[in-house]
Amino acid sequence: MAVGKLVNRVDAVAKVTGRAEYTDDFYRPDMLVAKYFRSSIAHGRVKEINVEKARKLPGVEAIFTYEQVPRIKFATAGHPFSMDPDHKDVADRLLLTRNIRFMGDEIAIVVAEDEIVANKALKLIEVSYEEYKPLIHPDDILKQGAREIHQGSSNIVGEHRYECGGKVDDALKGADYVIKGEYVTPMVQHCHIENHISFAYMDDLDRIVIVSSTQIPHIARRIVGEALDIPLSRVRVIKPFMGGGFGNKQDVVLEPMVAFLTLKLDGRAVQINLSREECMTGTRTRHPFHVQVKTGFLKDGTMVARKMDVLSVTGGYASHGHSVAAAGGSKSSFLYPRMAIEYHARTIYANIPVAGAMRAYGSPQVIYALECATEDAARFIGMDPIEFRLKNIVRQGDVAQVTGKEILSCGLSQCLLKGKELIHWDRKKKEYEKYKTGPVRRGLGVACFSYASGTYPVCVEVAGVRLVLNQDGTVHVQVGATEIGQGSDTVVAQMVAETLGFPFENVRVVQAQDTDVSPFDTGAYASRQAYVVSNAVFRAATSLREKILDYACLMTGEKHGKFDIVEENIVSADSGKFVLTMKELAVDSFYHKERGGQLTSEVSHKTTTNAPVFGCTFVDVLVDIPLCKVKINKIVNVHDSGVILNPVQAGGQVHGGVSMGIGAALSEELLIDPETGYIFNNNLLDYKVPTFIDLPEINHEFVETFEPTSGYGNKSLGEPPVITPPPAIRNAVLDATGVSINTLPMSPHKLFALFKKNGLMDPKGKADV
Amino acid sequence: MFDLKKNIKAETVDKAIKHLAENPDAKLIAGGTDVLIKLRQGKSEYCELVDIHDIDELKFIRIDDDKSIVIGSGMVFSKIIESDIIKKHIPMLCEAAESLGGPQVRNMATIGGNICNGVTSADSASSLFTLNAILILKGEDGTREIPISDFYLGPGRVDLKKCEVLTAFKITHDNYQGYFGHYYKYAMRDAMDIATIGCAVCLKTKNGILKDYRIAYGVAGPVPMRCRETEKTVINKKVSKDLLDEIAKTVEKDVNPRTSWRASREFRINIIKELSKRATKKALKRAGEKF
Ligand SMILES: Cc1cc2nc3c(=O)[nH]c(=O)nc-3n(C[C@H](O)[C@H](O)[C@H](O)COP(=O)(O)OP(=O)(O)OC[C@H]3O[C@@H](n4cnc5c(N)ncnc54)[C@H](O)[C@@H]3O)c2cc1C
Repeated sequence: MAVGKLVNRVDAVAKVTGRAEYTDDFYRPDMLVAKYFRSSIAHGRVKEINVEKARKLPGVEAIFTYEQVPRIKFATAGHPFSMDPDHKDVADRLLLTRNIRFMGDEIAIVVAEDEIVANKALKLIEVSYEEYKPLIHPDDILKQGAREIHQGSSNIVGEHRYECGGKVDDALKGADYVIKGEYVTPMVQHCHIENHISFAYMDDLDRIVIVSSTQIPHIARRIVGEALDIPLSRVRVIKPFMGGGFGNKQDVVLEPMVAFLTLKLDGRAVQINLSREECMTGTRTRHPFHVQVKTGFLKDGTMVARKMDVLSVTGGYASHGHSVAAAGGSKSSFLYPRMAIEYHARTIYANIPVAGAMRAYGSPQVIYALECATEDAARFIGMDPIEFRLKNIVRQGDVAQVTGKEILSCGLSQCLLKGKELIHWDRKKKEYEKYKTGPVRRGLGVACFSYASGTYPVCVEVAGVRLVLNQDGTVHVQVGATEIGQGSDTVVAQMVAETLGFPFENVRVVQAQDTDVSPFDTGAYASRQAYVVSNAVFRAATSLREKILDYACLMTGEKHGKFDIVEENIVSADSGKFVLTMKELAVDSFYHKERGGQLTSEVSHKTTTNAPVFGCTFVDVLVDIPLCKVKINKIVNVHDSGVILNPVQAGGQVHGGVSMGIGAALSEELLIDPETGYIFNNNLLDYKVPTFIDLPEINHEFVETFEPTSGYGNKSLGEPPVITPPPAIRNAVLDATGVSINTLPMSPHKLFALFKKNGLMDPKGKADV
Repeated sequence: MFDLKKNIKAETVDKAIKHLAENPDAKLIAGGTDVLIKLRQGKSEYCELVDIHDIDELKFIRIDDDKSIVIGSGMVFSKIIESDIIKKHIPMLCEAAESLGGPQVRNMATIGGNICNGVTSADSASSLFTLNAILILKGEDGTREIPISDFYLGPGRVDLKKCEVLTAFKITHDNYQGYFGHYYKYAMRDAMDIATIGCAVCLKTKNGILKDYRIAYGVAGPVPMRCRETEKTVINKKVSKDLLDEIAKTVEKDVNPRTSWRASREFRINIIKELSKRATKKALKRAGEKF
């Protein structure tokens, strides 16, 4: 039995020995490098561009500008193809552009023998602009007569509204109290370790091979075909080992360009390897949200109505566009299902870097607003925030309002109770009473979330698995599920071993993805991978197991049902007595001259369910008022993600997510110059990702439920841990200081301004700190 | 990939001086943790280098016969942290060293490079200011000594003459014996960050009286600085909580931080005042003062 066991990652040794090969490790003879010539303004149009001097520089192979690229607009979002014309991504991008929509927009590209030459050539390109006032603040973007960043768009990428659980306006009228709040989240960036990198070459007259660090090899293949107007089958995408993505590689950023360049350069290999600075402003970011929330509730703490109004800013191009605000609205709706909800969202363009998919896809923004508002409501009536939540949260058997489906597994109340115990809520609440004045204050905070296990019914959920019994009695697994560091290959191996009855070590998952070979799967995003692959694996492994047992019958002349698989052997089902080894069986199947054949099984499975997941964060903070700093004493995340397939990997996901959440809460923000659209801090010195010693000890716990729609009872876990640390920390700081900080991040600069405004900065100063 | 034209490895200080004389455009590189950043940014003034990283005569910490502590400019911060001499006599310099970068950076970054780089945020600078450190420089015309406070000329500019190499820092006996100090770095992160404000305090007490008091800041002005007015005001006063408040108040008049997108002047002044109290309090505790 391998599921739920503490097994090592299947790629652990390859990674720690440095043998795992990443995109940059692949060498092609004569490979050229390409560098973008990026705009130095945020909004405008190129009047003239002159690349002649640059072209003459020795070592420069070619230069292309917006004039030489196909006039085909394409959409970059890494979504499955949609057969519904109303549900297509916005195609608003050309390979290179004359119209400048953010600082760093791609005007031209230099191809050279190395990076040094390419960088020198960039300096020799002459360009003149017609400049427009950068549209950065929503008020300016939506003002009557504002320039359209994309013609005909009115600067709006998408808009929708839903109402469920009754009429919100009526429910608000029936409430004892109604409170309002406005919450703002900033532009943050994924900061995956491996920057975006791709290269392409041709291995035949008409076939393009792309090697790329991507979460979505199969989707990338389709979009490259669309962008260059060539048949999909002429494109092959290979994904080697990857150094993370967090959604930023659920987007087609470099692949169409490297494919274009190799086509233009006679099939010669061309690589684009973005610098960190380019990666931070020239790829994707998290959408900044402005959220208004109205909450109606009764004296006893029952919430009866919630109205949310969301403005999401997508930047210069749509990318994932309005899908992010839409997903944030629907996945959060499971949390408090017994009240009337209205959700209205709009997504707008702006002359800032492009936002796309990022871990938890809209939910961190929406849940931050929602859980700040919930806290404010609990405090308004002086009710304990845990009790208030317990009264209102979702329970197993509730019907999800947006989908109308019954929630089959939900351990959220146990999560809250467990977290309460682990943080010592009651004891510390009392103890911290005496730390509500003076320079150093203490407080506790909580926040909870709901999320989903995929994208169905918005997108198709399809997963493919192929199993092959090797001649030595082990099994090779090919999956379309894309390993990007999250550990999906390991849990797939566990699932296969579990159902086949094989030892875990005898299951090998083929690591690299290759669209010519790998079964179809849309890729790693939406925390979907383990959930959507589970039923495909279960079916494929069950079928291979049947074939193996049938073959044992064929070999021995015994009747069906007589045998079982235990570890490496076929044994008698009744007595457990040894019959033959798997290797003997496999060799026979391959080499017996009359019977058998290679034993394989292949399944492509569509998932038509989407299990909600739940969890919460508890946090204990110390606020140093004179220094304007928040110190986290303890943080606990408790998750209901169904059956935990691998406790160590699951813990790793939670730890990574919580640290990302702490960064979002306290320090991370891409700072935009409001006049020019310039990003001040697109580097890892000035963009403050917490370092190892900035993080407290991170505690996690699982409340294991069994999700019946999943092959192995598991639900999603990849993204959710990032969602609740920011609101929980905000609520704890509020508990400690009485100050509501309704914009992220809660950086010292922001605390300084708010503490001053609220009279907390003692002008005389106290020495006893 | 760096666009390096020349990288000349020097085996001795004298050879380094000679290489600098023969290659007028060349710059010194020690640990390279500042130089390589500039090279990566494509700054062409660093494309010819004289590498002094492996010069053994720059790597030492010793106590001379006159009891001066002398620190070779090529000492990396991780070695300074481990030095028994520094730990025993000037622990505040260990604190400064520990606050710099992360382990990898501290293994490469030298104290000489930190000061010669000339930036106001250099973490070792304010401590060296409060210790009245003397810089020993060697050039074509021989050796000269200069107090650290005279070495800084302006942001990124130091008093290094043509072909000069900083060889060592000297802290004389009367500047460390009987002194207690503390370095407090305030940054947005606890590692891998530049100081928003760095504050070093070094003091001497007798019978509850501040006999000597030195306070220096990084990022409180264009170059690291001592707060002379504050020092004058508080020397010979009785140690008390009120004294800490008085220091915080006067120190504001000594400093001149600026507003940048990284932090506002007002925010920095708040931190400057608060750190003066916290660093002084810590140093007083070390001096055995109770109040
Ligand atoms: C990731 C990172 C984090 C950092 N964090 C910090 C931090 O927290 N605090 C901090 O203060 N700094 C920090 N720095 C900056 C840097 O590490 C320090 O300034 C370091 O002390 C520089 O020393 P070096 O030997 O690497 O200098 P180099 O880069 O080799 O040289 C720096 C300058 O000094 C000159 N120079 C070097 N040695 C001599 C000499 N003997 N004589 C004359 N001139 C010389 C060089 O020509 C150059 O102009 C950080 C740097 C990095 C990359």
